[in-house]
Amino acid sequence: MTTTTTPRATPPVHKGTGPPAGARTATRRRRRAVALLYVLPALLPYTLFAVLPALHTAYLSLFDWDGVTLPTFVGFDNYRRVATDPQLRAAAWHAGALIVFFSVLPISLGLVSAALVARRSGRRGTSLIRTLLFLPQVIPLVAVAIIWRWVYAEDGTLNQALRAIGLGHLTDSWLGSFTWSLPAVGLIGTWVVAGLCMVLFLSGTQRIDQEIYEAARMDGAGPVREFWSVTVPLLRPEIAVALSITVIAALSSFDLIYITTGGGPGNSTVVPGILIYRLAFGGGAVGLASALAVVLTAVIAVAVVVINRLSREAP
Amino acid sequence: MTARQARQQRDVAAPAVLAVFVAVVLVPFLSLLLASLQPAGTPLTGLAWPDGVHLENFVHAWSAAGFGPLLRSSAVIALAVVPAAVLCATLAGYALATMDVPGGGKLYGYVLLGLSIPTEVTVIPLYYDLRALGLTNTVPGLALAEIAAFMPFGVFWMRAHFATMPRSLIEAARLDGASSWTTLWRVLMPSSRPAVTTLGVLYFVWSWNQFLLPLILIQDPAKRTAPAGLGFFTGQYNVDVPLLAAATLIVIAPVVLVYLFFQRHFINGVLSGALKG
Repeated sequence: MTTTTTPRATPPVHKGTGPPAGARTATRRRRRAVALLYVLPALLPYTLFAVLPALHTAYLSLFDWDGVTLPTFVGFDNYRRVATDPQLRAAAWHAGALIVFFSVLPISLGLVSAALVARRSGRRGTSLIRTLLFLPQVIPLVAVAIIWRWVYAEDGTLNQALRAIGLGHLTDSWLGSFTWSLPAVGLIGTWVVAGLCMVLFLSGTQRIDQEIYEAARMDGAGPVREFWSVTVPLLRPEIAVALSITVIAALSSFDLIYITTGGGPGNSTVVPGILIYRLAFGGGAVGLASALAVVLTAVIAVAVVVINRLSREAP
Repeated sequence: MTARQARQQRDVAAPAVLAVFVAVVLVPFLSLLLASLQPAGTPLTGLAWPDGVHLENFVHAWSAAGFGPLLRSSAVIALAVVPAAVLCATLAGYALATMDVPGGGKLYGYVLLGLSIPTEVTVIPLYYDLRALGLTNTVPGLALAEIAAFMPFGVFWMRAHFATMPRSLIEAARLDGASSWTTLWRVLMPSSRPAVTTLGVLYFVWSWNQFLLPLILIQDPAKRTAPAGLGFFTGQYNVDVPLLAAATLIVIAPVVLVYLFFQRHFINGVLSGALKG
């Protein structure tokens, strides 16, 4: 996602024919100015309402500010606190754990099921299935969170199912438990993105030549071997894409957790997004919240760069 | 195991795997639907057949709980964001793909940076700055913030689209004396409908589902968007489950309808949008 080159459309220069050189440069200059005018309507709002606010956050992160009185300059103190505060460190751990549920789990599930599904003979009903699997991707996360609060509730669908199969002693109020709330929230993320990963990988396997599979089979490769030496390496671009989308979603998660647990019980599900919101809009610690936001952005940027790097390396 | 046996195994395994996936996706929706049909005041019941069909929950959610006005303000925001953002992205993508923009490569890189800017890092100053300008609690304030956040993907998407159009088409139009403006609207746009529709659908869904920005930039309860209102409603104690279920269905209905109608556009947009990066 970091292509920075763009094919230039330099008009061919016909030496000798056409208007004299001076007029040509004038036309060319005019054309370039017009081209800039086309880009401006996009650049202006993007710069004013996305880039400048991000820079403004970086500036605010150097101050101690409650949002009301005059800010005091404190240098990198807020960053020191981000590194040492136990609550902030907990948030970082939780974000890391969410990567397992938002990225590792759905990508593994998606790969295995895509490998199973891709090469069956008939393809009937695939489009309907694609539509259904994508559904969690479409609805607002607030609605997803409400739906899952009820699945996890004391009298919710999950406990109901456990009781029905005779595992009634395992029931819990999942989102209210110090042990289970984080995995419970994480699995909602798995539910949201698993379909996306699977559809992404399925469309990737259609690109893979059937002959490669035939060849692997001729060489006596079993299904497991085939999976690791054909499907996974050839789906590398798709895996990289799924990784960047889901890692960003995990690190910057807010909506889901805000609605399901609000970070609780205790601090057992706080993530950076929740802390930024709490500190800036309830805790009167705008500078600290800004420092946390800057660190979060830096981590996301590094993650995206690393994932892109990995995907470009030869297998 | 022979090849035939393996294939037979797979032919059984594949539908089974798909069925499990689809069931896991659908069961939560089913319990939401069933909950919305229960008599008002029914506590949470999991997957239970309702006592008759109680559509009055939807009426209450729409009027008494105020989801009618919430839906309207979401629609106003989307109507302000989608056409403006699609237009800006189209113009910029067109120029970056086909013209000699001064510093074009660097400009494009600058726009792509936005793909990894999370809302968390822009929302704090947006709140204080828009408040200073008197733009919090207003449609333009929220709309501008959303347009800015959506711009990087749109420019990327439209630039990729215009880059695939045949060069000769543009050259021919230019030789006929068409300006760059005429070339865009008369020559390129007629065959750009699919790309533009996809972008519009994605923008609509993103705008409708946006939560953090309206939560912070719109503090006035009467002007909230539908998902923000839903979030506020959930936070209250003694929530009437069938009412909240009905409200949730009302809020997700527009995106689900748009999705079902344009599903090919949406899915292809997400998939190829991601892969072209």
